[in-house]
Amino acid sequence: MKIHRLSRYLPLRSRKRKTRRKAAPFLAKERVIAKKRHQCPFCHRHIEGGELEKNLFVCPDCSHHFRITPQERIIFLFDPDSFQETEQGITSLNPIDFPGYDDKIRRMVNITGLDEAVITGIGSINGNRTVLAVMSFKFMGGSMGSAVGEKIARAIFNGVKQSLPVIIFASSGGARMQEGIFSLMQMAKTSHAAARLEEAGMPLFIVLTDPTTGGVTASFAMLGDVTLAEPGALIGFAGPRVIEGTIKQKLPESFQRSEFLLEKGFIDLIVERKELRPTLSYLIETHSPEGVR
Amino acid sequence: MKKKKREIQDKIQELMTLAGRVRIDISDEILKLQEKISGEEDPLVRTWATVQLARHSDRPTALDLINRITDRFLELHGDRAFSDDPALIGGIGTLDEIPVTFIGHQKGQNLKENIKRNYGMAHPEGYRKALRLARQAEKFGRPIITIIDTPGAYPGIASEERGIAEAIARNLKEFSTLKTPIICVIVGEGGSGGALGIGVGDRVFMLENAIYSVISPEGCASILLKDAGKARDAAHLLKLTAPDLLQFGIIDGIIPEPVGGAQNDLPATAAVLKERLRKELRTLRKIPLPQLLKNRGQRLQNFGEFREPAREKEEGSANKFLVQLREKVTSRFSLS
Repeated sequence: MKIHRLSRYLPLRSRKRKTRRKAAPFLAKERVIAKKRHQCPFCHRHIEGGELEKNLFVCPDCSHHFRITPQERIIFLFDPDSFQETEQGITSLNPIDFPGYDDKIRRMVNITGLDEAVITGIGSINGNRTVLAVMSFKFMGGSMGSAVGEKIARAIFNGVKQSLPVIIFASSGGARMQEGIFSLMQMAKTSHAAARLEEAGMPLFIVLTDPTTGGVTASFAMLGDVTLAEPGALIGFAGPRVIEGTIKQKLPESFQRSEFLLEKGFIDLIVERKELRPTLSYLIETHSPEGVR
Repeated sequence: MKKKKREIQDKIQELMTLAGRVRIDISDEILKLQEKISGEEDPLVRTWATVQLARHSDRPTALDLINRITDRFLELHGDRAFSDDPALIGGIGTLDEIPVTFIGHQKGQNLKENIKRNYGMAHPEGYRKALRLARQAEKFGRPIITIIDTPGAYPGIASEERGIAEAIARNLKEFSTLKTPIICVIVGEGGSGGALGIGVGDRVFMLENAIYSVISPEGCASILLKDAGKARDAAHLLKLTAPDLLQFGIIDGIIPEPVGGAQNDLPATAAVLKERLRKELRTLRKIPLPQLLKNRGQRLQNFGEFREPAREKEEGSANKFLVQLREKVTSRFSLS
């Protein structure tokens, strides 16, 4: 839980604030970050905000990977100026009239500066064009409702239509309960999209980040041709608390972490954040008809 | 009259709390009381009665139904990788002299059976067996009928170690493009990913008192309503009954049950189900395979309710996100 609280110190992008102060919003925020000191939840070292950000939000000592926003991930990953957002403006409705859901969405939009729990788009990594979808855990736990499912499915279909590889950064607590059965059906929808991508002969690369659980793990996140994971990420179907509830025992800290999944044979590789860009770039090249440049 | 009504309602309330505390089934009594209050029915009570019926210990299990529907059923075992999961059964049966592959969750009707069947909660090997049998059906051109009745996939250590998420995900993907007709019937509990793991098909039906939900009412109550005791309210909010799902377009039809529920009359339930399956099989087998697959894909892609901006508007406005990104990139990072 400590990790979760720390994530409060990660920069927030508020829509309201942005419209109010138009001049250099990022610079203003940077000053705030530079002042803030973070503490690594594992080695307890204090890290200056600026230093942490330069190190891609990885602890310089114990290489603990902090959770980051999709915006930051896109900046770390893509060639400057290359990212073009697609599927903009697809947002959630309240299909089963769940009380309080509309308000919750509105709040989340304000906090994260995102429309939904996923950003999709097309961009290039080292000059290799690719479709990208990045989920945001901060937006209602990255839960998958109709809008998220639709955006991810359409992103995958963009890969089919334009013959591009698809990279998805998964980060989610699972299906969005507030949408009831509709959220469950997104698992089938996204998995079918993955099947169509396979038929088209284009690769699907999945990067599992902390945390990925529930309906997202049990659908597209486990269907990659190559499945990567960031170190120490929690990845599983049932959450640890649910399992502890069933077996009435405390689970070891290492259970359901990336290293555990690697050992059990469910992911291909654990990749540190700074290695993600070259690794994905190499993967795209090895899967393209032109081969490695 | 009004006073009497209130009395009955109090009685129902009392029975409900009792049922919640000692976990016995009293849905019959509740239904009877409900009938007394003619005209106005509390939807909360009715939904909860449906949940109770869907979980009724005497409710027909997959094997009960399959054995009654088919002329002869041959159960096949094992996933060829790890073991055989008794919680998820499968095999070949004949319906109308057509060979059909059946796959279904199997619950027990007493404690001993339930321990063997793990209360219908399958492990990864169960879902992998289902996929093996489905592939086999595809190879020999047999239609597939799945019988769904599970609280969910088993949330345990062994289940995670062997990749329950991967097993379910694989099934969703493969079933969505399997080259043979698939009919799914939710006969009791349709519990989340565990149900969907064998729930992707060309037609999905529900028995009248079955439920189908992304999370159990109890789970939803403790997570979203912050009170595990509010399962009744959660059940109502989740809209998990057959009429709700039919209205949402998630299922294609409701199969009626005998008065009081399927547990009262297994032969009648099976007969109605058989008739419906026979009719649907005939229709589906007439559809050419490419069309069938296209329809199935379309069906899956149509699920979901969301807001979408008009196309031209989207292209007209500047890509706000991109502009922000560009600023951020140039101001702070030099990427190699």
